[in-house]
Amino acid sequence: MKLSFSVNGTPRTLDLDPRVTLLDALREHLQLTGSKKGCDHGQCGACTVIVGGRRINACLSLAMMHEGDEITTVEGLSGEGLSVLQQAFIEHDGFQCGYCTPGQLCSAQAMLDEVAEGWPSHVTEDLNAPAQLTQAELAERMSGNLCRCSCYPGINAAILQAAGTKAADPA
Amino acid sequence: MSVEMKIDGPEQAQGDQTGAQAVLGYAADRPEGGLKVTGAAPYAAEPCPANMAHGFLVRAPGLGKVRLTNLEVVQGMAGVLTVLRDDRMIRNAAQGTSEGAPVQGVDQAEYVGQPIALVVAESFEQARHAALALRVDTAGDDLVVNPQDAVAADDDIDETAQGDLESAFASSAHRIDQTYTTPSLISAAMEPHAALAEWDGDKLVLRASLQMLKYSRTEIADCVGIAPEDVRVLAPYVGGGFGSKLGICAEAVAAALAARQLGRPVRVVQHRRQVFEVNTRRSETTQRIRLCADMNGQLTGIGHQALVSNLPGEDFAEPVLQATHFAYAAPNRLLRREVLRLHRPAAGSVRAPGEAVGVTAFEIAMDELACAAGIDPVALRLRNIPRNDPESGLPFSSHRLAECLTDGSRRFGWSKRPTAPRQQREGEWWIGTGMAAAFRVNSMMEAEARVVLSAQGVRVETDMTDIGTASYAILGQIAAERLGHPLSRTEVILGDTDLPPSSGSGGSFGAASTGTAVWLACEELRRMLAGRMGCDAADLTLKDGYALCDNRRRAIADLLDGASVTGHGRVQPGEAGDKVRQATTGAHFAEVAVSDMTGEVRVRRLAGTYAAGRILNPRTARSQCHGGMTWGIGMALTEALIHDRRDGHVVNRDFEAFHLPVNADVPDLDVAFVEDRDDWLGPLRAKGLGELSICGAAAAVINAVHHACGVRVRDLPATPDRVLEGLV
Repeated sequence: MKLSFSVNGTPRTLDLDPRVTLLDALREHLQLTGSKKGCDHGQCGACTVIVGGRRINACLSLAMMHEGDEITTVEGLSGEGLSVLQQAFIEHDGFQCGYCTPGQLCSAQAMLDEVAEGWPSHVTEDLNAPAQLTQAELAERMSGNLCRCSCYPGINAAILQAAGTKAADPA
Repeated sequence: MSVEMKIDGPEQAQGDQTGAQAVLGYAADRPEGGLKVTGAAPYAAEPCPANMAHGFLVRAPGLGKVRLTNLEVVQGMAGVLTVLRDDRMIRNAAQGTSEGAPVQGVDQAEYVGQPIALVVAESFEQARHAALALRVDTAGDDLVVNPQDAVAADDDIDETAQGDLESAFASSAHRIDQTYTTPSLISAAMEPHAALAEWDGDKLVLRASLQMLKYSRTEIADCVGIAPEDVRVLAPYVGGGFGSKLGICAEAVAAALAARQLGRPVRVVQHRRQVFEVNTRRSETTQRIRLCADMNGQLTGIGHQALVSNLPGEDFAEPVLQATHFAYAAPNRLLRREVLRLHRPAAGSVRAPGEAVGVTAFEIAMDELACAAGIDPVALRLRNIPRNDPESGLPFSSHRLAECLTDGSRRFGWSKRPTAPRQQREGEWWIGTGMAAAFRVNSMMEAEARVVLSAQGVRVETDMTDIGTASYAILGQIAAERLGHPLSRTEVILGDTDLPPSSGSGGSFGAASTGTAVWLACEELRRMLAGRMGCDAADLTLKDGYALCDNRRRAIADLLDGASVTGHGRVQPGEAGDKVRQATTGAHFAEVAVSDMTGEVRVRRLAGTYAAGRILNPRTARSQCHGGMTWGIGMALTEALIHDRRDGHVVNRDFEAFHLPVNADVPDLDVAFVEDRDDWLGPLRAKGLGELSICGAAAAVINAVHHACGVRVRDLPATPDRVLEGLV
């Protein structure tokens, strides 16, 4: 089946077996292997990509479902240099083996936007107040991304630093 | 040429040589960080050579003789190239450092989930579809799968005894006699086991996710039936291992055989649910622990009896008693381990084999003794630190447990703790604190490395792997320090068996072993540079690309005169292991909240203070400790592989049902290191660190649960149902 979508701002057209997941379309057919396959079950988050501004598990979604979509992968997070978030992950040692890292980064990027838009989470006390990025909110919102090396302290410190930088930056 | 060293004693520490560059021991960034945060680091399943075929392993759904009933149908399915069934395929992953093939064969399923065929097709989707369509029947043997149905053979029993435990126990002032159980556990690295095999004539190139390439090269050669020299293994990036990638794994052997048969590259990746059964698990344990002490809390007897299991034909036996041999002094001792032969997936090394479960149970028992004797748990441990190894009488190379306990308790605020349990309550939550000591044996393995110095800078080359353990960072830091170069001009090449054979990653020995080989390779280069400067190597200072001695200063590039020079280092364990007992130690402190309504446990604080030789990079060292401590939280509260009682199969073989800690389960973790100047380590003075922090961390949590709500959990993990049972 023929399919067209945009990945990291580049239009792509593929002719795929309908069984191909979005994750395998990226990894096997576009050689964008930054997105990782940790479970192929939607349980680990290593394959997290951003579709139309929302984070999803690319392994749980068939490529065919994304006709016309705008997809951002870890390869699309950096521009000229590393993004603030990527740099913060290095500074705070937010990874060890690095396998879950692309998913953590895509998830964190979209999560910060969710907070900025006022989306509540399971631990949000007041659904009418603006969402705050507290430690509890951050941990809750990032708990769909497993890290067996257990870099959660570094991941959280990196995200908080990047969020602070972002808030301070008028752009 | 080469600089070689055997670690025989303190003479090899060579004073306190570091260097002038001030990079070793500093919190340097991981040099491969940029590749990892942009998705550019290539893991095993990522190269995609032209004409590559995809393989998918087929599992045995039952035990006994295997029969395929629709093979011809599957062979005719779209895209299918072959259904490989080869006697050389392996039953389960090789044990670490085995150097030969593990048990092979596909006709008999010795455990449910054993790979019994490989379906290879043009695409991944075709291979998976065909593999799932293959009908596999098993029939026959009535194999033993439950510990209660097995008895250990004489060959599978180890016992050491000193004094008379029974008499000491009977006449003691304080005593406890309890049995603890820990379930099967799994490494569950985030990267599934994966391999890409390509043949160039009779030579095999294998890209795989493995920890110890030197050994795995020999293992796969033996499996396939070729010479090790005809195998090149590449593993520049490994997405976590934790023991599960120590030996060659099923997908690698199958990929190699299929690639040979088809004459094209074949990639095989284990599905996550296969990862949970075809590699190695940590054995379940049943541990009876008897402790007795005099009026003052001085231990008079230690009994530790452990039951573990493995498949027939496997040499590995969970070394549950490894730390009990030296952790605490007591004149009367009985240590006994029995291995039951069960047809569950193979057991093998998982992060800190032995101590992870052995120290955990023992440190819960110590807490029970402290309660029984009315002694503070920290004081009880301080009172029982042995002067020498309690069994062999050998001195310790260094022993910093007392400092870990006192510094750790001060950092944590232990003295504010009420003595009795069930004293603090916040709404529905009982609050409590607990502690446990940490012990882990320290060892060194043979390792080689090459260091090339040129006008461009320093390049380190070895087949060492970085499984998240910061090998890229620390090996570069060692070379930069010794050769006086900034890290920006230091490059580290790893994960290729064409490079000098290292220790590999495992058993916490990688940094000390391969790091020392790098140090020795640099030593050869330092001698060479000293010769060109006309001075003694000992008087030479190397810094920022310059050589200095006797008030003379020359650029190292000038001394090289356009050429590159190569140093080679090789370290071997020597007599040190026969002369001293060497270990790493630590102390864990935990604060938990336990819901009186649901039995749910939340860890509020967890702190670890560790003594582990020279800390090469405090930032990456701290991250490793975070990892171990978090594994401790998982072991205490959520992690358990559940075996079906009928056929032993792993019921919960994915992340939906096997609960490893997620972000919200982990509080702020406090990590501290005490200085541990151990002279029995060679010039690098480094010890293992990757495993110490899991040893006993779970016990601190379990002991805190008891302090919070009075419930003593002896069957791990402390799931809400088990805690609630004690609360009502």
